[in-house]
Amino acid sequence: MIHRSFAKHFYIMLIPGLLWLIFFNLYPMYGVITAFKEFNPGVGLWKSPWVGLENFKYMFELDDSKIIFRNTVVIAFAKMIGNLIVPLVFALMLNEVKNRLFTRTVQTVVYLPHFLSWVIVGGMMLDIFSYSGPVNQVLESLGVEPVLFFANENAFPALVVGSDIWKEFGFNAIIYFAALTSINPEMYEAAAIDGASQWKRLTKITIPSILPVAALLATLSLGNILNAGFDQIFTMYNPSVYSTGDIVDTWVYRAGLIDFQYGLASAVGLLKSVVGLVLITISYVLAYRFANYRIF
Amino acid sequence: MIAERSVASRLFNSLNLILLIVIMLLCLLPVWYTLSISLSDKAAAAAGQVFLWPKGLTLGSYMTIMKDTQFFTSFFISVQRVVYGAAIAFFVILLMAYPLSKTSKEFKPRNIIMWALIFVMLFNGGLVPWFLTMKSLGMINNIWGLVLGGGLPVFNVILVMNYLRNMPKEMEESAMIDGAGPWRILFSVILPLSVPVLATILVFTIVYHWNEFFQALVLMNDAEKYPLQSYIKQVAVVIDPTKMDEEQVKRMSELSNQTLNAAKIFISMLPLLVIYPFLQKYFVKGITLGSVKG
Repeated sequence: MIHRSFAKHFYIMLIPGLLWLIFFNLYPMYGVITAFKEFNPGVGLWKSPWVGLENFKYMFELDDSKIIFRNTVVIAFAKMIGNLIVPLVFALMLNEVKNRLFTRTVQTVVYLPHFLSWVIVGGMMLDIFSYSGPVNQVLESLGVEPVLFFANENAFPALVVGSDIWKEFGFNAIIYFAALTSINPEMYEAAAIDGASQWKRLTKITIPSILPVAALLATLSLGNILNAGFDQIFTMYNPSVYSTGDIVDTWVYRAGLIDFQYGLASAVGLLKSVVGLVLITISYVLAYRFANYRIF
Repeated sequence: MIAERSVASRLFNSLNLILLIVIMLLCLLPVWYTLSISLSDKAAAAAGQVFLWPKGLTLGSYMTIMKDTQFFTSFFISVQRVVYGAAIAFFVILLMAYPLSKTSKEFKPRNIIMWALIFVMLFNGGLVPWFLTMKSLGMINNIWGLVLGGGLPVFNVILVMNYLRNMPKEMEESAMIDGAGPWRILFSVILPLSVPVLATILVFTIVYHWNEFFQALVLMNDAEKYPLQSYIKQVAVVIDPTKMDEEQVKRMSELSNQTLNAAKIFISMLPLLVIYPFLQKYFVKGITLGSVKG
Protein backbone atom coordinates (compact mmCIF):
# COMPACT_ATOMS: atom_id res chain seq x y z
CA MET A 1 0.00 0.00 0.00
CA ILE A 2 1.24 3.43 -0.93
CA HIS A 3 1.77 5.94 1.84
CA ARG A 4 -0.81 8.73 1.92
CA SER A 5 1.74 11.52 1.89
CA PHE A 6 2.75 10.36 -1.59
CA ALA A 7 -0.39 11.77 -3.22
CA LYS A 8 0.73 15.39 -3.15
CA HIS A 9 4.04 14.42 -4.75
CA PHE A 10 2.10 12.54 -7.40
CA TYR A 11 0.27 15.75 -8.30
CA ILE A 12 3.59 17.54 -8.68
CA MET A 13 4.88 14.78 -10.95
CA LEU A 14 1.83 15.17 -13.16
CA ILE A 15 2.22 18.93 -13.62
CA PRO A 16 4.56 18.99 -16.66
CA GLY A 17 2.53 16.37 -18.53
CA LEU A 18 -0.79 18.04 -17.76
CA LEU A 19 0.53 21.45 -18.86
CA TRP A 20 1.64 19.93 -22.16
CA LEU A 21 -1.76 18.28 -22.49
CA ILE A 22 -3.68 21.47 -21.75
CA PHE A 23 -1.73 23.78 -24.04
CA PHE A 24 -1.00 21.49 -26.98
CA ASN A 25 -3.86 18.97 -26.98
CA LEU A 26 -6.87 20.54 -25.26
CA TYR A 27 -6.39 24.17 -26.27
CA PRO A 28 -6.27 23.25 -30.00
CA MET A 29 -9.55 21.40 -29.42
CA TYR A 30 -11.11 24.61 -28.17
CA GLY A 31 -10.12 25.94 -31.59
CA VAL A 32 -12.85 23.81 -33.21
CA ILE A 33 -15.25 26.70 -32.53
CA THR A 34 -13.69 28.07 -35.75
CA ALA A 35 -16.03 25.65 -37.53
CA PHE A 36 -19.02 27.62 -36.22
CA LYS A 37 -17.58 31.04 -36.89
CA GLU A 38 -16.78 33.38 -39.71
CA PHE A 39 -13.13 33.68 -38.80
CA ASN A 40 -11.64 37.12 -39.01
CA PRO A 41 -7.88 37.19 -38.36
CA GLY A 42 -8.09 40.89 -37.51
CA VAL A 43 -10.24 40.41 -34.41
CA GLY A 44 -9.09 36.94 -33.39
CA LEU A 45 -10.91 33.69 -32.83
CA TRP A 46 -12.91 34.69 -29.78
CA LYS A 47 -14.41 37.88 -31.24
CA SER A 48 -15.14 36.53 -34.71
CA PRO A 49 -18.89 36.34 -35.33
CA TRP A 50 -20.81 33.09 -34.86
CA VAL A 51 -22.45 31.70 -37.98
CA GLY A 52 -23.99 28.52 -36.56
CA LEU A 53 -23.96 25.67 -39.04
CA GLU A 54 -23.34 27.85 -42.13
CA ASN A 55 -19.91 26.29 -42.76
CA PHE A 56 -21.38 22.79 -42.60
CA LYS A 57 -24.22 23.72 -44.96
CA TYR A 58 -21.74 25.14 -47.44
CA MET A 59 -19.62 21.99 -47.16
CA PHE A 60 -22.53 19.74 -48.17
CA GLU A 61 -23.22 21.95 -51.19
CA LEU A 62 -19.68 21.54 -52.50
CA ASP A 63 -19.02 18.83 -55.08
CA ASP A 64 -15.53 18.51 -53.65
CA SER A 65 -16.73 17.13 -50.35
CA LYS A 66 -18.33 14.06 -51.91
CA ILE A 67 -15.16 13.35 -53.88
CA ILE A 68 -12.76 13.75 -50.99
CA PHE A 69 -14.82 11.61 -48.62
CA ARG A 70 -15.17 8.94 -51.29
CA ASN A 71 -11.42 8.98 -52.10
CA THR A 72 -10.57 8.84 -48.42
CA VAL A 73 -12.75 5.79 -47.75
CA VAL A 74 -11.63 3.98 -50.92
CA ILE A 75 -7.91 4.44 -50.22
CA ALA A 76 -8.19 3.79 -46.48
CA PHE A 77 -10.28 0.65 -47.03
CA ALA A 78 -7.88 -0.76 -49.62
CA LYS A 79 -4.96 -0.07 -47.27
CA MET A 80 -6.82 -1.73 -44.41
CA ILE A 81 -7.38 -4.93 -46.38
CA GLY A 82 -3.87 -4.98 -47.84
CA ASN A 83 -2.22 -4.26 -44.51
CA LEU A 84 -4.08 -7.15 -42.90
CA ILE A 85 -3.57 -9.79 -45.56
CA VAL A 86 -0.07 -9.13 -46.91
CA PRO A 87 1.65 -9.18 -43.48
CA LEU A 88 -0.33 -12.29 -42.51
CA VAL A 89 0.69 -14.21 -45.62
CA PHE A 90 4.26 -13.00 -45.27
CA ALA A 91 4.43 -14.07 -41.60
CA LEU A 92 3.05 -17.51 -42.47
CA MET A 93 5.61 -17.88 -45.26
CA LEU A 94 8.53 -16.91 -43.06
CA ASN A 95 7.24 -19.16 -40.28
CA GLU A 96 7.72 -22.19 -42.52
CA VAL A 97 11.46 -21.49 -42.78
CA LYS A 98 13.41 -23.12 -39.97
CA ASN A 99 16.80 -21.50 -40.56
CA ARG A 100 17.13 -18.81 -37.82
CA LEU A 101 19.82 -16.83 -39.61
CA PHE A 102 17.69 -16.57 -42.74
CA THR A 103 14.52 -15.51 -40.91
CA ARG A 104 16.45 -12.92 -38.86
CA THR A 105 17.99 -11.46 -42.01
CA VAL A 106 14.65 -11.25 -43.80
CA GLN A 107 13.02 -9.61 -40.78
CA THR A 108 15.80 -7.03 -40.45
CA VAL A 109 15.48 -6.06 -44.09
CA VAL A 110 11.67 -5.88 -44.31
CA TYR A 111 11.32 -3.74 -41.16
CA LEU A 112 13.59 -1.09 -42.65
CA PRO A 113 11.11 0.85 -44.83
CA HIS A 114 8.91 1.49 -41.78
CA PHE A 115 11.58 3.78 -40.34
CA LEU A 116 11.88 5.97 -43.41
CA SER A 117 9.78 9.11 -43.50
CA TRP A 118 7.14 9.58 -46.17
CA VAL A 119 9.23 12.37 -47.63
CA ILE A 120 11.97 9.85 -48.34
CA VAL A 121 9.67 7.04 -49.49
CA GLY A 122 7.62 9.49 -51.54
CA GLY A 123 10.78 10.86 -53.14
CA MET A 124 12.02 7.37 -53.97
CA MET A 125 8.67 6.32 -55.42
CA LEU A 126 8.47 9.45 -57.57
CA ASP A 127 11.90 8.53 -58.95
CA ILE A 128 11.15 4.86 -59.51
CA PHE A 129 7.84 5.50 -61.27
CA SER A 130 9.08 8.58 -63.11
CA TYR A 131 9.06 8.84 -66.88
CA SER A 132 12.66 7.68 -67.18
CA GLY A 133 12.64 5.55 -64.02
CA PRO A 134 13.28 1.81 -63.78
CA VAL A 135 9.63 0.76 -64.01
CA ASN A 136 9.20 2.55 -67.32
CA GLN A 137 12.56 1.19 -68.49
CA VAL A 138 11.26 -2.34 -67.91
CA LEU A 139 7.96 -1.53 -69.63
CA GLU A 140 9.83 -0.01 -72.57
CA SER A 141 12.00 -3.10 -73.01
CA LEU A 142 8.74 -5.08 -73.16
CA GLY A 143 7.51 -2.76 -75.89
CA VAL A 144 5.01 -0.85 -73.76
CA GLU A 145 4.73 2.92 -74.06
CA PRO A 146 6.11 4.70 -70.94
CA VAL A 147 3.43 5.86 -68.53
CA LEU A 148 3.50 8.98 -66.37
CA PHE A 149 2.28 7.06 -63.32
CA PHE A 150 2.06 9.90 -60.84
CA ALA A 151 0.01 12.04 -63.19
CA ASN A 152 -2.41 9.22 -63.97
CA GLU A 153 -5.61 9.34 -61.96
CA ASN A 154 -6.30 5.64 -62.42
CA ALA A 155 -2.85 4.56 -61.30
CA PHE A 156 -2.54 6.96 -58.38
CA PRO A 157 -4.68 5.18 -55.73
CA ALA A 158 -2.93 1.89 -56.55
CA LEU A 159 0.48 3.54 -56.14
CA VAL A 160 -0.59 5.01 -52.81
CA VAL A 161 -1.91 1.71 -51.49
CA GLY A 162 1.00 -0.27 -52.92
CA SER A 163 3.71 1.97 -51.49
CA ASP A 164 1.98 1.98 -48.12
CA ILE A 165 1.94 -1.82 -48.06
CA TRP A 166 5.58 -1.84 -49.22
CA LYS A 167 6.52 0.46 -46.33
CA GLU A 168 4.54 -1.23 -43.58
CA PHE A 169 3.99 -4.94 -44.31
CA GLY A 170 7.18 -6.12 -42.58
CA PHE A 171 6.45 -4.06 -39.55
CA ASN A 172 2.81 -5.09 -39.41
CA ALA A 173 3.96 -8.72 -39.47
CA ILE A 174 5.70 -8.32 -36.08
CA ILE A 175 2.48 -8.88 -34.20
CA TYR A 176 1.83 -12.06 -36.19
CA PHE A 177 5.38 -13.29 -35.50
CA ALA A 178 4.73 -12.78 -31.79
CA ALA A 179 1.50 -14.78 -32.07
CA LEU A 180 3.18 -17.54 -34.09
CA THR A 181 5.94 -18.07 -31.54
CA SER A 182 3.35 -18.49 -28.81
CA ILE A 183 1.84 -21.58 -30.49
CA ASN A 184 2.62 -24.64 -28.40
CA PRO A 185 5.31 -26.66 -30.26
CA GLU A 186 3.91 -29.89 -28.80
CA MET A 187 0.94 -29.56 -31.14
CA TYR A 188 3.26 -29.73 -34.15
CA GLU A 189 5.15 -32.69 -32.70
CA ALA A 190 1.96 -34.58 -31.98
CA ALA A 191 0.66 -33.85 -35.47
CA ALA A 192 3.93 -35.01 -37.03
CA ILE A 193 3.81 -38.27 -35.08
CA ASP A 194 0.26 -38.80 -36.34
CA GLY A 195 1.63 -38.36 -39.86
CA ALA A 196 0.25 -34.91 -40.70
CA SER A 197 1.99 -33.34 -43.70
CA GLN A 198 3.54 -29.88 -43.64
CA TRP A 199 0.50 -28.52 -45.48
CA LYS A 200 -1.90 -30.12 -42.96
CA ARG A 201 0.06 -28.65 -40.06
CA LEU A 202 -0.09 -25.20 -41.66
CA THR A 203 -3.83 -25.30 -42.37
CA LYS A 204 -4.96 -27.18 -39.27
CA ILE A 205 -2.69 -25.76 -36.56
CA THR A 206 -0.90 -22.56 -37.60
CA ILE A 207 -3.70 -20.74 -39.40
CA PRO A 208 -6.45 -21.51 -36.85
CA SER A 209 -4.15 -20.38 -34.04
CA ILE A 210 -3.39 -17.05 -35.67
CA LEU A 211 -6.87 -16.16 -36.95
CA PRO A 212 -8.06 -14.62 -33.66
CA VAL A 213 -5.13 -12.19 -33.80
CA ALA A 214 -6.01 -11.28 -37.39
CA ALA A 215 -9.65 -10.78 -36.40
CA LEU A 216 -8.64 -8.50 -33.54
CA LEU A 217 -6.38 -6.42 -35.78
CA ALA A 218 -9.16 -6.18 -38.37
CA THR A 219 -11.57 -4.90 -35.74
CA LEU A 220 -9.13 -2.33 -34.42
CA SER A 221 -8.31 -1.09 -37.92
CA LEU A 222 -11.99 -0.25 -38.55
CA GLY A 223 -11.43 3.00 -36.71
CA ASN A 224 -8.99 4.09 -39.41
CA ILE A 225 -11.48 4.11 -42.25
CA LEU A 226 -11.14 7.91 -42.58
CA ASN A 227 -7.35 7.91 -42.24
CA ALA A 228 -6.01 7.52 -45.75
CA GLY A 229 -2.56 8.77 -44.73
CA PHE A 230 -2.00 12.51 -44.98
CA ASP A 231 1.82 12.49 -44.90
CA GLN A 232 1.99 10.01 -47.74
CA ILE A 233 -0.52 11.60 -50.08
CA PHE A 234 0.79 15.06 -49.31
CA THR A 235 4.24 14.05 -50.58
CA MET A 236 2.97 12.09 -53.60
CA TYR A 237 -0.01 13.89 -55.07
CA ASN A 238 -0.36 16.75 -57.54
CA PRO A 239 -3.30 18.58 -59.12
CA SER A 240 -3.67 16.11 -62.01
CA VAL A 241 -4.73 13.31 -59.64
CA TYR A 242 -7.05 15.29 -57.35
CA SER A 243 -10.08 13.45 -58.74
CA THR A 244 -8.94 10.12 -57.25
CA GLY A 245 -6.14 11.07 -54.88
CA ASP A 246 -7.33 14.11 -52.95
CA ILE A 247 -8.42 13.08 -49.44
CA VAL A 248 -10.15 14.94 -46.64
CA ASP A 249 -6.92 15.84 -44.86
CA THR A 250 -5.15 17.20 -47.93
CA TRP A 251 -8.24 19.13 -48.96
CA VAL A 252 -8.54 20.65 -45.48
CA TYR A 253 -4.88 21.67 -45.68
CA ARG A 254 -5.37 23.46 -48.98
CA ALA A 255 -8.71 25.02 -48.13
CA GLY A 256 -7.55 26.16 -44.69
CA LEU A 257 -3.90 27.03 -44.89
CA ILE A 258 -3.46 27.90 -48.57
CA ASP A 259 -6.85 29.47 -49.42
CA PHE A 260 -7.53 30.75 -45.88
CA GLN A 261 -11.10 29.41 -45.75
CA TYR A 262 -10.60 28.76 -42.04
CA GLY A 263 -14.26 28.18 -41.13
CA LEU A 264 -15.01 25.77 -43.96
CA ALA A 265 -11.78 23.79 -43.51
CA SER A 266 -12.38 23.54 -39.76
CA ALA A 267 -15.92 22.28 -40.37
CA VAL A 268 -14.73 19.53 -42.73
CA GLY A 269 -11.92 18.60 -40.33
CA LEU A 270 -14.31 18.52 -37.38
CA LEU A 271 -16.76 16.27 -39.22
CA LYS A 272 -13.92 13.88 -39.97
CA SER A 273 -12.67 13.91 -36.38
CA VAL A 274 -16.13 13.24 -34.95
CA VAL A 275 -16.90 10.37 -37.33
CA GLY A 276 -13.41 9.00 -36.64
CA LEU A 277 -13.95 9.17 -32.88
CA VAL A 278 -17.25 7.29 -33.16
CA LEU A 279 -15.72 4.59 -35.38
CA ILE A 280 -12.66 4.08 -33.17
CA THR A 281 -14.83 3.88 -30.07
CA ILE A 282 -17.04 1.24 -31.74
CA SER A 283 -13.99 -0.77 -32.83
CA TYR A 284 -12.49 -0.63 -29.31
CA VAL A 285 -15.79 -1.67 -27.73
CA LEU A 286 -16.07 -4.59 -30.17
CA ALA A 287 -12.46 -5.61 -29.51
CA TYR A 288 -13.11 -5.47 -25.77
CA ARG A 289 -16.33 -7.48 -26.00
CA PHE A 290 -15.02 -10.24 -28.23
CA ALA A 291 -11.31 -10.44 -27.46
CA ASN A 292 -11.11 -8.82 -24.02
CA TYR A 293 -8.70 -6.30 -25.51
CA ARG A 294 -7.98 -3.28 -23.35
CA ILE A 295 -5.84 -0.21 -23.90
CA PHE A 296 -5.08 0.18 -20.20
CA MET B 1 12.99 -31.81 -35.29
CA ILE B 2 10.37 -32.73 -37.83
CA ALA B 3 11.89 -34.28 -40.95
CA GLU B 4 10.34 -33.42 -44.31
CA ARG B 5 10.79 -35.81 -47.18
CA SER B 6 7.79 -35.54 -49.46
CA VAL B 7 8.33 -34.03 -52.91
CA ALA B 8 5.47 -31.58 -52.50
CA SER B 9 6.98 -30.31 -49.27
CA ARG B 10 10.39 -29.80 -50.81
CA LEU B 11 8.94 -27.99 -53.78
CA PHE B 12 6.88 -25.78 -51.48
CA ASN B 13 9.88 -24.98 -49.30
CA SER B 14 12.14 -24.03 -52.20
CA LEU B 15 9.46 -21.87 -53.80
CA ASN B 16 8.83 -20.26 -50.45
CA LEU B 17 12.52 -19.46 -49.99
CA ILE B 18 12.79 -17.96 -53.46
CA LEU B 19 9.71 -15.80 -52.91
CA LEU B 20 11.01 -14.57 -49.56
CA ILE B 21 14.31 -13.61 -51.14
CA VAL B 22 12.44 -11.70 -53.86
CA ILE B 23 10.37 -9.90 -51.23
CA MET B 24 13.53 -9.01 -49.34
CA LEU B 25 15.16 -7.61 -52.48
CA LEU B 26 12.03 -5.60 -53.28
CA CYS B 27 12.42 -3.88 -49.91
CA LEU B 28 16.02 -2.95 -50.63
CA LEU B 29 15.70 -2.05 -54.28
CA PRO B 30 14.30 1.50 -53.95
CA VAL B 31 17.04 2.42 -51.48
CA TRP B 32 19.67 0.89 -53.73
CA TYR B 33 18.28 2.64 -56.79
CA THR B 34 18.33 6.00 -54.99
CA LEU B 35 21.97 5.43 -54.07
CA SER B 36 22.94 4.55 -57.65
CA ILE B 37 21.15 7.60 -59.03
CA SER B 38 22.90 9.84 -56.52
CA LEU B 39 26.29 8.48 -57.65
CA SER B 40 25.51 8.81 -61.36
CA ASP B 41 26.25 11.40 -63.94
CA LYS B 42 23.45 13.99 -64.30
CA ALA B 43 22.93 13.39 -68.00
CA ALA B 44 22.85 9.60 -67.68
CA ALA B 45 20.28 9.83 -64.89
CA ALA B 46 18.08 12.22 -66.86
CA ALA B 47 18.24 9.96 -69.91
CA GLY B 48 17.04 7.01 -67.84
CA GLN B 49 20.16 4.93 -68.27
CA VAL B 50 20.63 4.20 -64.58
CA PHE B 51 19.09 1.05 -63.27
CA LEU B 52 20.91 -1.07 -60.72
CA TRP B 53 24.36 0.39 -61.08
CA PRO B 54 25.57 4.01 -61.19
CA LYS B 55 26.44 5.23 -64.64
CA GLY B 56 29.38 7.60 -64.98
CA LEU B 57 30.28 7.18 -61.34
CA THR B 58 30.74 10.57 -59.67
CA LEU B 59 30.58 12.11 -56.22
CA GLY B 60 29.51 15.42 -57.77
CA SER B 61 26.09 15.48 -56.09
CA TYR B 62 27.61 14.90 -52.69
CA MET B 63 30.17 17.64 -53.34
CA THR B 64 27.33 20.01 -54.20
CA ILE B 65 25.56 19.15 -50.94
CA MET B 66 28.77 19.88 -49.02
CA LYS B 67 28.50 23.45 -50.31
CA ASP B 68 24.77 23.73 -49.56
CA THR B 69 24.65 25.66 -46.28
CA GLN B 70 20.87 25.31 -46.03
CA PHE B 71 21.23 21.53 -45.99
CA PHE B 72 23.51 21.71 -42.97
CA THR B 73 21.38 24.31 -41.22
CA SER B 74 18.37 22.05 -41.65
CA PHE B 75 20.33 19.02 -40.52
CA PHE B 76 21.30 20.86 -37.36
CA ILE B 77 17.71 21.98 -36.73
CA SER B 78 16.62 18.35 -37.02
CA VAL B 79 19.25 17.23 -34.54
CA GLN B 80 18.25 20.00 -32.18
CA ARG B 81 14.60 19.03 -32.47
CA VAL B 82 15.35 15.36 -31.81
CA VAL B 83 17.48 16.13 -28.75
CA TYR B 84 14.98 18.55 -27.16
CA GLY B 85 12.03 16.38 -28.09
CA ALA B 86 13.53 13.16 -26.76
CA ALA B 87 14.78 14.71 -23.51
CA ILE B 88 11.45 16.37 -22.75
CA ALA B 89 9.34 13.38 -23.71
CA PHE B 90 11.54 11.09 -21.61
CA PHE B 91 11.13 13.01 -18.36
CA VAL B 92 7.53 14.08 -18.83
CA ILE B 93 6.44 10.54 -19.66
CA LEU B 94 8.37 8.98 -16.78
CA LEU B 95 6.98 11.52 -14.29
CA MET B 96 3.45 11.02 -15.59
CA ALA B 97 3.44 7.26 -15.93
CA TYR B 98 4.49 6.60 -12.34
CA PRO B 99 1.51 8.18 -10.56
CA LEU B 100 -0.86 6.86 -13.21
CA SER B 101 0.43 3.33 -12.68
CA LYS B 102 -1.16 3.41 -9.21
CA THR B 103 -4.70 2.11 -8.70
CA SER B 104 -7.44 4.68 -8.24
CA LYS B 105 -7.56 3.64 -4.57
CA GLU B 106 -3.94 4.65 -4.11
CA PHE B 107 -4.23 7.81 -6.18
CA LYS B 108 -7.80 9.08 -6.58
CA PRO B 109 -7.70 11.21 -9.77
CA ARG B 110 -5.97 8.41 -11.68
CA ASN B 111 -8.99 7.21 -13.66
CA ILE B 112 -10.22 10.68 -14.60
CA ILE B 113 -6.79 11.56 -16.00
CA MET B 114 -6.62 8.24 -17.86
CA TRP B 115 -9.94 8.92 -19.57
CA ALA B 116 -8.77 12.41 -20.49
CA LEU B 117 -5.67 10.88 -22.07
CA ILE B 118 -7.71 8.32 -24.01
CA PHE B 119 -10.02 11.04 -25.26
CA VAL B 120 -7.10 13.15 -26.43
CA MET B 121 -5.59 10.14 -28.16
CA LEU B 122 -8.79 9.43 -30.12
CA PHE B 123 -9.99 12.92 -30.91
CA ASN B 124 -8.29 16.02 -32.24
CA GLY B 125 -9.59 19.35 -33.38
CA GLY B 126 -8.13 19.12 -36.85
CA LEU B 127 -5.47 21.02 -38.72
CA VAL B 128 -6.89 24.54 -38.88
CA PRO B 129 -7.81 24.89 -35.19
CA TRP B 130 -4.38 23.45 -34.36
CA PHE B 131 -2.67 26.01 -36.56
CA LEU B 132 -4.67 28.93 -35.19
CA THR B 133 -4.02 27.98 -31.56
CA MET B 134 -0.33 27.35 -32.23
CA LYS B 135 -0.18 30.83 -33.70
CA SER B 136 -1.80 32.35 -30.64
CA LEU B 137 0.74 30.50 -28.44
CA GLY B 138 3.57 32.17 -30.33
CA MET B 139 4.77 28.95 -31.95
CA ILE B 140 5.30 30.40 -35.41
CA ASN B 141 8.99 30.37 -36.42
CA ASN B 142 9.77 28.79 -33.08
CA ILE B 143 11.63 25.52 -32.59
CA TRP B 144 9.42 24.80 -29.55
CA GLY B 145 6.46 24.60 -31.88
CA LEU B 146 8.11 21.58 -33.46
CA VAL B 147 9.20 20.05 -30.16
CA LEU B 148 5.87 20.43 -28.34
CA GLY B 149 3.38 20.98 -31.15
CA GLY B 150 2.52 17.33 -31.65
CA GLY B 151 1.02 17.34 -28.17
CA LEU B 152 1.60 14.98 -25.26
CA PRO B 153 2.61 11.56 -26.68
CA VAL B 154 -0.28 9.78 -25.00
CA PHE B 155 0.41 6.37 -26.51
CA ASN B 156 3.90 6.37 -24.99
CA VAL B 157 2.57 7.41 -21.59
CA ILE B 158 0.19 4.45 -21.67
CA LEU B 159 2.96 2.10 -22.81
CA VAL B 160 5.20 3.05 -19.88
CA MET B 161 2.28 3.07 -17.45
CA ASN B 162 1.30 -0.49 -18.43
CA TYR B 163 4.89 -1.59 -17.97
CA LEU B 164 5.09 -0.06 -14.49
CA ARG B 165 1.80 -1.65 -13.52
CA ASN B 166 3.16 -5.11 -14.26
CA MET B 167 6.21 -4.52 -12.09
CA PRO B 168 6.36 -6.45 -8.81
CA LYS B 169 5.05 -4.27 -5.99
CA GLU B 170 7.58 -5.65 -3.48
CA MET B 171 10.46 -3.55 -4.83
CA GLU B 172 8.63 -0.31 -4.17
CA GLU B 173 7.33 -1.49 -0.80
CA SER B 174 10.73 -2.48 0.51
CA ALA B 175 12.18 0.85 -0.64
CA MET B 176 9.37 2.56 1.22
CA ILE B 177 10.07 0.60 4.41
CA ASP B 178 13.67 1.72 4.13
CA GLY B 179 12.36 5.28 4.19
CA ALA B 180 12.56 6.28 0.54
CA GLY B 181 10.18 9.01 -0.61
CA PRO B 182 8.28 9.02 -3.94
CA TRP B 183 11.01 10.86 -5.86
CA ARG B 184 13.72 8.60 -4.52
CA ILE B 185 11.64 5.54 -5.44
CA LEU B 186 10.96 6.86 -8.93
CA PHE B 187 14.58 7.66 -9.77
CA SER B 188 16.44 4.93 -7.84
CA VAL B 189 14.04 2.00 -8.09
CA ILE B 190 11.52 2.48 -10.92
CA LEU B 191 13.84 4.17 -13.44
CA PRO B 192 16.59 1.48 -13.45
CA LEU B 193 13.97 -1.29 -13.64
CA SER B 194 12.12 0.21 -16.59
CA VAL B 195 15.10 0.78 -18.88
CA PRO B 196 13.69 -1.50 -21.62
CA VAL B 197 10.40 0.37 -21.98
CA LEU B 198 12.07 3.76 -21.62
CA ALA B 199 14.55 2.87 -24.36
CA THR B 200 11.59 1.90 -26.52
CA ILE B 201 9.76 5.20 -26.09
CA LEU B 202 13.02 7.06 -26.58
CA VAL B 203 13.45 5.32 -29.92
CA PHE B 204 9.80 6.02 -30.87
CA THR B 205 10.32 9.69 -30.06
CA ILE B 206 13.63 10.00 -31.92
CA VAL B 207 12.17 8.47 -35.09
CA TYR B 208 9.04 10.61 -34.83
CA HIS B 209 10.95 13.86 -34.52
CA TRP B 210 13.48 12.95 -37.19
CA ASN B 211 10.81 11.96 -39.72
CA GLU B 212 8.08 14.52 -39.03
CA PHE B 213 8.09 17.11 -41.80
CA PHE B 214 4.65 18.68 -42.05
CA GLN B 215 4.49 20.83 -38.93
CA ALA B 216 7.50 22.88 -39.97
CA LEU B 217 6.02 23.52 -43.43
CA VAL B 218 3.05 25.11 -41.66
CA LEU B 219 4.71 26.76 -38.67
CA MET B 220 7.92 28.08 -40.20
CA ASN B 221 7.53 31.12 -42.41
CA ASP B 222 10.92 30.91 -43.99
CA ALA B 223 12.73 27.87 -45.30
CA GLU B 224 15.87 28.65 -43.33
CA LYS B 225 14.11 27.35 -40.23
CA TYR B 226 13.06 24.01 -41.76
CA PRO B 227 14.31 20.77 -40.28
CA LEU B 228 15.88 18.36 -42.74
CA GLN B 229 12.81 16.37 -43.81
CA SER B 230 10.80 19.52 -44.49
CA TYR B 231 13.68 20.93 -46.48
CA ILE B 232 13.89 17.73 -48.55
CA LYS B 233 10.13 17.80 -49.08
CA GLN B 234 10.12 21.38 -50.23
CA VAL B 235 13.26 21.33 -52.33
CA ALA B 236 13.84 17.80 -53.51
CA VAL B 237 10.55 15.94 -53.65
CA VAL B 238 8.15 18.39 -55.19
CA ILE B 239 8.23 22.06 -55.94
CA ASP B 240 5.05 23.45 -54.46
CA PRO B 241 4.40 26.71 -56.30
CA THR B 242 1.61 27.71 -53.92
CA LYS B 243 4.09 28.31 -51.11
CA MET B 244 6.72 30.32 -52.97
CA ASP B 245 6.96 33.41 -55.09
CA GLU B 246 7.99 33.18 -58.72
CA GLU B 247 11.61 34.09 -58.02
CA GLN B 248 11.97 31.21 -55.57
CA VAL B 249 10.32 28.72 -57.92
CA LYS B 250 12.85 29.64 -60.58
CA ARG B 251 15.77 29.33 -58.24
CA MET B 252 14.50 25.98 -56.98
CA SER B 253 14.05 24.50 -60.42
CA GLU B 254 17.52 25.60 -61.42
CA LEU B 255 18.95 23.96 -58.35
CA SER B 256 16.84 20.86 -58.47
CA ASN B 257 17.97 17.89 -60.43
CA GLN B 258 17.49 14.20 -60.08
CA THR B 259 20.96 13.12 -58.97
CA LEU B 260 21.26 15.89 -56.40
CA ASN B 261 17.82 15.13 -55.00
CA ALA B 262 18.63 11.45 -54.75
CA ALA B 263 21.82 12.32 -52.87
CA LYS B 264 19.82 14.50 -50.46
CA ILE B 265 17.29 11.75 -49.91
CA PHE B 266 20.05 9.26 -49.29
CA ILE B 267 21.96 11.44 -46.83
CA SER B 268 18.83 12.20 -44.85
CA MET B 269 18.26 8.45 -44.56
CA LEU B 270 21.79 7.79 -43.27
CA PRO B 271 21.37 8.65 -39.58
CA LEU B 272 18.47 6.21 -39.35
CA LEU B 273 20.39 3.51 -41.20
CA VAL B 274 23.32 3.94 -38.81
CA ILE B 275 21.26 3.49 -35.65
CA TYR B 276 18.98 0.95 -37.31
CA PRO B 277 20.12 -2.16 -35.34
CA PHE B 278 19.34 -0.28 -32.11
CA LEU B 279 16.06 1.00 -33.53
CA GLN B 280 14.93 -2.40 -34.65
CA LYS B 281 15.61 -4.05 -31.32
CA TYR B 282 13.60 -1.58 -29.26
CA PHE B 283 10.84 -1.00 -31.78
CA VAL B 284 10.05 -4.68 -31.96
CA LYS B 285 10.08 -4.80 -28.16
CA GLY B 286 7.72 -1.85 -28.02
CA ILE B 287 5.24 -3.42 -30.41
CA THR B 288 5.22 -6.63 -28.41
CA LEU B 289 4.88 -4.67 -25.15
CA GLY B 290 2.02 -2.75 -26.63
CA SER B 291 0.22 -5.91 -27.63
CA VAL B 292 0.30 -7.40 -24.13
CA LYS B 293 -2.03 -5.11 -22.31
CA GLY B 294 -3.93 -5.00 -19.03
